[in-house]
Order: sequence, then structure tokens, then C-alpha cells
Amino acid sequence: MTTGWGNAIIEMQAEEDTLENVEYEAELEIKNAEGLHMRPAMQFVDIANRFDSEINVSNGETDVDAKSIMNISMLAATCGTKLKIRAKGPDAQKAIIALRELVEEKHFDEPKPKR
Amino acid sequence: MKFRDFVCFEATITELQASDREGVIAELAASLDKAGMFGDGKCEEITNQIIKREKEASTGLGKGVAVPHIKHKAIKKLIAAVGLSSAGIDFLALDKQPVYSVILLISPADEPDKHLKAMESIFKHLQQERFRSFLRQCRTTQHLEDLLIEADEDPSL
Repeated sequence: MTTGWGNAIIEMQAEEDTLENVEYEAELEIKNAEGLHMRPAMQFVDIANRFDSEINVSNGETDVDAKSIMNISMLAATCGTKLKIRAKGPDAQKAIIALRELVEEKHFDEPKPKR
Repeated sequence: MKFRDFVCFEATITELQASDREGVIAELAASLDKAGMFGDGKCEEITNQIIKREKEASTGLGKGVAVPHIKHKAIKKLIAAVGLSSAGIDFLALDKQPVYSVILLISPADEPDKHLKAMESIFKHLQQERFRSFLRQCRTTQHLEDLLIEADEDPSL
């Protein structure tokens, strides 16, 4: 009996370890004219916080925690800026999909630049 | 962008009289107006717009700091005023803690990129505990100006 339990636990941990290490990366372009100012930044942070994965965002110079509004405010992500997003954890892929939808498809429900 | 590029040192207040969010915004806006940063008769309109924006979502992002801001067409050049309160202000901050340092920022309506650059400089420093601590300790407008100029030269501050 003891052996049976032991094996089950080892197996579960192994699976968790694998899930914990899943890492996804994507490049997202800011498309709304006003860029990642505070209102969209808050939306971004809200979505990021729905996931357990560790999520980082980089503008090439600064690499910050996607779950902190102060951190995201340091990116100066203007319209056209490409941000590299890395998520690591059990729901990493879902997190990247959700953030891509917010940034590139919905462009934070804000207007794109006038041409 | 550097603090000295947009902070109006004439309009800094090291001991805010107001203790509530709307009062503090009005006090800092009036200080910028007095320094001649707004067009004639624009102060009330600008103040009301900042308060309206603030009510949509608090710019008190935690750690005792708040950055109320708007974009306004009457403003031709990005401008900010800094205000400190030793008693603390109820800013309905995200972390529900009082705010001790306020940077009020007003940007021209048609320069979103400059607005983002100013926010970048503001938060790069506000993010650092040492800077926040020094900021809170400023007792005179001269101290405050010296600190901001020093921070401009020292990214680690």
C-alpha cells in the first residue's frame, strides 16, 4: 500500500514539474494610437494576473513583470512598439493567447492611428 | 526623458495643505496655473478633467505614490507638478494605502509618445525604494529640485 501511494506522488510531481517548466514566447505589436498608457496598461496587468504563470515583458531595453502596473508603466510602449512576452508555468500558452488578443486584436478597444 | 524636461520646479509643493484626492489635484493644478503653465481661465476646466479621469480609475498605483494625469488640448508642452504630504492622502490607491508623493502630469493632446516617455521616467524612479524614500523626506522645494536633478543623472536613484 505504502509503495503504491509513493509511486502516485512521484508521478504527480513529475507531471507538475513538466507543467511548471512550459515556456512560451511571443512578440506583440502595440497597435492603438495612444500606446500602452495607464488605462490599457491596467487591462494588460489585469489579464496577466488571471494566470498562474510567471510572465515577463521586454521592450528590448527593459524587462519587467507583466503583473505589476508600475513595471508596465516603465516600458514607454508607443504605437508600433514590439514587445516580447515570455510566460512560464502551467497556463503559459493560455496567457500568451489572451494577451495577444488584448494587444493585437482588440488593441485595448482603442482607435488605431489615422492614416 | 528627464525630470527637468517636464517638471515645473516653481510649482512644487513640499507640504500639501489638502488631505483628500480632489483637494490635492486642485492644489497642484492651481500651483501650475500660478506659474503660468495654463492658458487664461483654463485652470478650472483642467482640474475638473483630471478629477474626472481620476474617478475612472485611481492613479495611486501603490507604494505611497500617485500620478494623476490627463491629455489636454490647451497644453502645448508636457508639464508636471510634484506635491508631497507628510500626513498622507487617501487617494483610493490600488494597495489601499495612503499616498505621500503626487506627480501631476498634463500632456498635450496630440503627443501620446511624449506622454509615455514622461511616464517611463517617472516610474523608473518611483519604482525604486531609495528614490521614494528620498522624495518623501524633501522639506523644501530646493531639496526636491536637487533630488530630481540628481535622479536625472543617476538611473540607479
